[in-house]
Amino acid sequence: MVRYFTRLRMRRIYKWGGRPYIFDRKLKSYGFEYLNMSVEGQEAVTTVTPGQYILIEGNDDEYPFVAKLLKFFGDESHKQKKALVQWFLRLSEVPQNKKLLLGRSPHPQEIFYYLGRACDNEINAESILGTVDVQHVPEDTPFPEPGTKDTLYVKLSWDTKAFNVLDPVLMQDTPASTPPKPALPLFPPCASPTATPVSRGPVRRALPTPDPTVMRRAGSVSDTRATMSAGKRSTLEAESIHSASKLSASKILSAKRRGSAADTPGVRKKLQLSIGASPGKKMTRADVLCELLDEEMESEKVISLKLSSSVSHSLQHGCSLSPMRSGCKTPNGQRRFPWKLSSISLDRLSPTALGEQDLSRATTPSRRKESAMAIRKPALGVLAEEDSEDSPMQPIALTPRSKRKSAQLVSLRIRKQLNLLDNTQELISDGDDDCFVPSKKDLQSSSDEEKTDSEEETRGRNCKTSVRTPCKTPSKKKDLQSSTDEGKTESEEETVVRKTRGRNCKTSVRTPHKKPSKKVTPSTPRHATPSIPSRTVPARQPGNILEEARARLHVSSVPESLPCREQEFQDIYNFVESKVMDGTGGCMYISGVPGTGKTATIHEVIRCLQHASDMDEIPTFRFIEINGMKMTDPHQAYVQILQKLTDQKVTADHAAALLEKRFSNPAPKKETTVLLVDELDLLWTRKQNVMYNLFDWPTRRHARLVVLTIANTMDLPERIMINRVASRLGLTRMSFQPYSFKQLQQIITSRLNKVKAFEEDALQLVSRKVAALSGDARRCLDICRRATEICEHSTSHPSSAGLVRMNHVMEALDEMFSSSYITAIRCASLQEQLFLRAVIAEFRRLGLEEATFQQVFVQHRALSRVEGLQPISVSEGLAVCQRLGACRLLLLEASRLDMLQRVRLNVSQDDVLYALKAVRD
Amino acid sequence: MSKRKVKETHMPVGECISQYGYIFQVQMILRERFCHQRLPEKPVGMESQHKHLLELLRRTAVHGESNSVLIVGPRGSGKTMLLNCVLRELLEVKDVNKNVLPVHLNGLLQTDDRIALKEITRQLNLENVVGDKVFGSFAENLAFLLEALKKGDRSSSRPVLFILDEFDLFAHHKNQTLLYNLLDVSQSAQAPVAVIGLTCRLDVLELLEKRVKSRFSHRQIHLLSSLSFIQYLDNVRSQLSLPQDFPDTNFYDEWNDGIKTLCEDQSVVDVLQRHYNSSKDFRSLHLLLMLALSRVSASKPAIKPTDLLEASRVCMVDSKANILHGLSILELCLIIAMKHLNDIYEGEPFNFQMVHNEFKKFLQRKSHSIHNFDKPVVIKAFEHLQQLELIKSMDSSTAKIQKEYQLMKLLLDHSQIMEALQKYPQCPTDVKQWAMSAFG
Repeated sequence: MVRYFTRLRMRRIYKWGGRPYIFDRKLKSYGFEYLNMSVEGQEAVTTVTPGQYILIEGNDDEYPFVAKLLKFFGDESHKQKKALVQWFLRLSEVPQNKKLLLGRSPHPQEIFYYLGRACDNEINAESILGTVDVQHVPEDTPFPEPGTKDTLYVKLSWDTKAFNVLDPVLMQDTPASTPPKPALPLFPPCASPTATPVSRGPVRRALPTPDPTVMRRAGSVSDTRATMSAGKRSTLEAESIHSASKLSASKILSAKRRGSAADTPGVRKKLQLSIGASPGKKMTRADVLCELLDEEMESEKVISLKLSSSVSHSLQHGCSLSPMRSGCKTPNGQRRFPWKLSSISLDRLSPTALGEQDLSRATTPSRRKESAMAIRKPALGVLAEEDSEDSPMQPIALTPRSKRKSAQLVSLRIRKQLNLLDNTQELISDGDDDCFVPSKKDLQSSSDEEKTDSEEETRGRNCKTSVRTPCKTPSKKKDLQSSTDEGKTESEEETVVRKTRGRNCKTSVRTPHKKPSKKVTPSTPRHATPSIPSRTVPARQPGNILEEARARLHVSSVPESLPCREQEFQDIYNFVESKVMDGTGGCMYISGVPGTGKTATIHEVIRCLQHASDMDEIPTFRFIEINGMKMTDPHQAYVQILQKLTDQKVTADHAAALLEKRFSNPAPKKETTVLLVDELDLLWTRKQNVMYNLFDWPTRRHARLVVLTIANTMDLPERIMINRVASRLGLTRMSFQPYSFKQLQQIITSRLNKVKAFEEDALQLVSRKVAALSGDARRCLDICRRATEICEHSTSHPSSAGLVRMNHVMEALDEMFSSSYITAIRCASLQEQLFLRAVIAEFRRLGLEEATFQQVFVQHRALSRVEGLQPISVSEGLAVCQRLGACRLLLLEASRLDMLQRVRLNVSQDDVLYALKAVRD
Repeated sequence: MSKRKVKETHMPVGECISQYGYIFQVQMILRERFCHQRLPEKPVGMESQHKHLLELLRRTAVHGESNSVLIVGPRGSGKTMLLNCVLRELLEVKDVNKNVLPVHLNGLLQTDDRIALKEITRQLNLENVVGDKVFGSFAENLAFLLEALKKGDRSSSRPVLFILDEFDLFAHHKNQTLLYNLLDVSQSAQAPVAVIGLTCRLDVLELLEKRVKSRFSHRQIHLLSSLSFIQYLDNVRSQLSLPQDFPDTNFYDEWNDGIKTLCEDQSVVDVLQRHYNSSKDFRSLHLLLMLALSRVSASKPAIKPTDLLEASRVCMVDSKANILHGLSILELCLIIAMKHLNDIYEGEPFNFQMVHNEFKKFLQRKSHSIHNFDKPVVIKAFEHLQQLELIKSMDSSTAKIQKEYQLMKLLLDHSQIMEALQKYPQCPTDVKQWAMSAFG
């Protein structure tokens, strides 16, 4: 949990750049050419222009959304900052069940071109976090190995159903900037960092936009909104959505339209695209361009001044990208190329220039900062020149190139800082290593989170195996030469850098530092895959008709269709479908006794809806299931929901906060979530806050959450819920009646599906019996299964077994429903039977249904004299009594009361007498 | 006796040593049997149950069919033995051997779901187990196990046999989470599992919550022995007999003949009948036979009827009789006073003052042999009786009332008192008479 609070929230200030141009007179919206982002308190300004790839604030702070910026626009008053984007997906955003369609393990930095239509391509410009590099990789070429960490690769497109080869045209059409060769000398990649600024000449700090309106806007932003967090800002904006501008009104309209015609957004998108690309508009911007270009270059110089040597790496990279794109020369691209280049490099530089905060915010998770800082200290002295080469002692052979590069980056920076700080520190001994104790926070947070993402797991495991080496030999470590130590430090550093993605290895890496002499406690395997070992011999398939029938009758076998619940199915289907279509939310409460097909029906509904969404009839949605019985504590519901939504693993409190944020804030690319809450009554807490939240979220504007709840009792809302919870649950209720005997019969017949194993009468007997008792379909199926077994055993060899007849079913029914008390009494020993008779005799004498052992024992002794048996001692009598109590034929008080414990019968007196009489006869 | 003498006289020294060895072996073999360390060849008197259970587990192991079953029977009726026999037989099948994962849980050991989950995870050796340690919180463990079971499927993953000893105690866990989840897995298309519950409670199904109960398949295997006395006797004989593969045939014959005659002895039959009447289960029989067996030595290489009688006497002895024999005369007098109070007030509780008064009356009227004791001495004796739990305080809050006025009840039966008086060494006659007399 701590992890999330260590990250400082930054206030970003967004300003329009360039001159606005009208692109829609009717809606009074203006297009803008670029957006300046600056972090409060920092001087540097990041400029984002259309055509760049951007990161957009999402639910997952580690993996922000990726998109290509198509256009900026806003309204007259400059209050609204909007942007049109083309989305890209990370694999983690692809629905869990579709991930397998990829058919290979994904590259960690792979993203997919999004072709679906379910997502709104209009975003709030203030949710932009920064820019990112995206490279198109042709289908048949492998992913480039030594790419930097910040580059994402796109190879395939995703259209909500399948991965397709990405048409390169899609990637090239608008952005394709062509950074020309002359741009390169501006940033000599190999120049020493100290030399660079000098050669650049005077540095001019100037904001790129002299536009007065923008300036005013900036002032107002810092005044009114400076204290607000980015998330809050967007909420505010969302709330003023209808009043503020006509533009947003049109957005709502379009959202509504989308409900009725699923493909409208797509059309709309194309429309806007064409508007944006119209040559007339371009001309208006053309003259602004040169001016801006100059300014931008200047600002870059400023930034590069502050850079350390590490910049050269990223710079190099940024430049090397350019030739790839030089091929395509759309007019747009030509216009933009200097922009493109500068902004790319800007972005690449920004992490170091703007300090650690921005680094963590933009492309790397916050952990990176911590770890880098933490490692810096011990590493100061030991880092030598050989750092940048592969040291032979390095335990991690598997390190990907990209990781190595970032590691070098870090180490270079460290060295740089070291030189700046103090040269004498170079003599720090390796003992420093051992002194290093990770901060409490780090350890805590690492133990709090657990990644289950499969991608993470694989990497985590590699990491684990490699890191284990130092972990297991803590004593050996001391004997190692200092050079080894250096190598190791470096490798550790690398691992820590890698932790930005696979954080799993963290604890294991640090353990030896903490207590190098002690026996190392095994670290928590965070990447453990939950799985049952597979069997060596495959399971045998059913051999004969009876086995076949038994397999079909097992409750677990999912039938092709659910008979007898057509009405309920239709109701639930309509409910969920309408909610999904409208993009709204709602709750439904479903009650019914166990085994009436509540959960099965909902699963069936979801299957149908999934199919419909696959066929593009309805928008895509996500289905999440939680079960009150499958969690240890009601508050775990939050954890499970969050984990199923985002694969994050956090504590309950934090999960509640995250979910709250998720469901109350508008977010781009949001699809409807259908949440099934099984065994609702177990989510009851004293304050009922879990239930409250579950039912409150769907009522939120942007939640798009449908909650289906299941419990056994019909009046649960009235019985256990306080008013404000019951009210939010609403009145959409449904009750599943117990199955009637005809329905049960139909269920069995449909399951058997023409496998002739039962006599018709036998089936009817079972279903009538069960319908009379409980109407529980599970019971019915179990009895039928047992009957097939009895039938199989009754014949000498199983192959000749015929139909299941009445007598088999009768036997099965007897076995399952008949009480065993009478048999138990008959099989009891003589003294036990005698004691039962004594109990009854004493009850009759007292006229009560309760007696102490002492009283009963007197009767018992008298009875045994009558029977001619040797009387037993008190201890023996107590033993007899205890045995009967253990079987629960008698109910006893605690045995420490000895002779004074009270005795009651757990069976009716008549049953006892009947059983005993039969014995005597 | 004469037989033994004959043997001893004819035996050379070497054979004598081997005699020691044989006796040692006999004791080894029989002890293993009586202490349930070795499973019997075949469970006695439960053939149909054995077949049912074996068939059920075989289907889980071979076909991957999930099942749940309860084995219900009184204590000592052989539930665990039956299950172990079935498991042994099941694991002898080649295909099954490497293909099942048995998980043993006991309600007395795994007293809550948290511990039970850790134990399951440990025994399954899932991936969050390192060495013998299971990591993660309760919630994580549950999620992990469920996820693991969910990932499996009928045909490809190994069947897991969950054996829940003292099943009824699991039903007392909070929300019955573990049972719900195990039974739910057994009713859904996940990794094949067999949930086998062992319990002695006949009403175990009433303990299950309705949704847990609905998921249980309602298969119950009842182990209620309907053994007749003849069968019981046969069983005693076979339990005491040596196995065929005993190294020395001579000794084997001699021993088995001895056992045969022993079982025909009338006094032995009477003892066994008495035991049979008291309880039919084999565990108490084994206790009896064990006591008899421990009296066998090299000098007495056979079980005699007297051994069995003595063992029976030890088994049947009243536990409080020995305590009474150890009391002082004063304490015994107090007990007799309490007995009289019980007679007078029909079992109503009494306090020390009443007992003391009764005792003083006896001293004034009849006593010749017992002199007067000071009150503190009598209080001390009274407290000693309380410590021995021969009397029990009726008040829950002891602090408020003075010791003398605390209400007490006697935890002894009249017959026990009288019997103890009869056997008490050198009991004064006037005390005996006082005990016999009605109303003090």
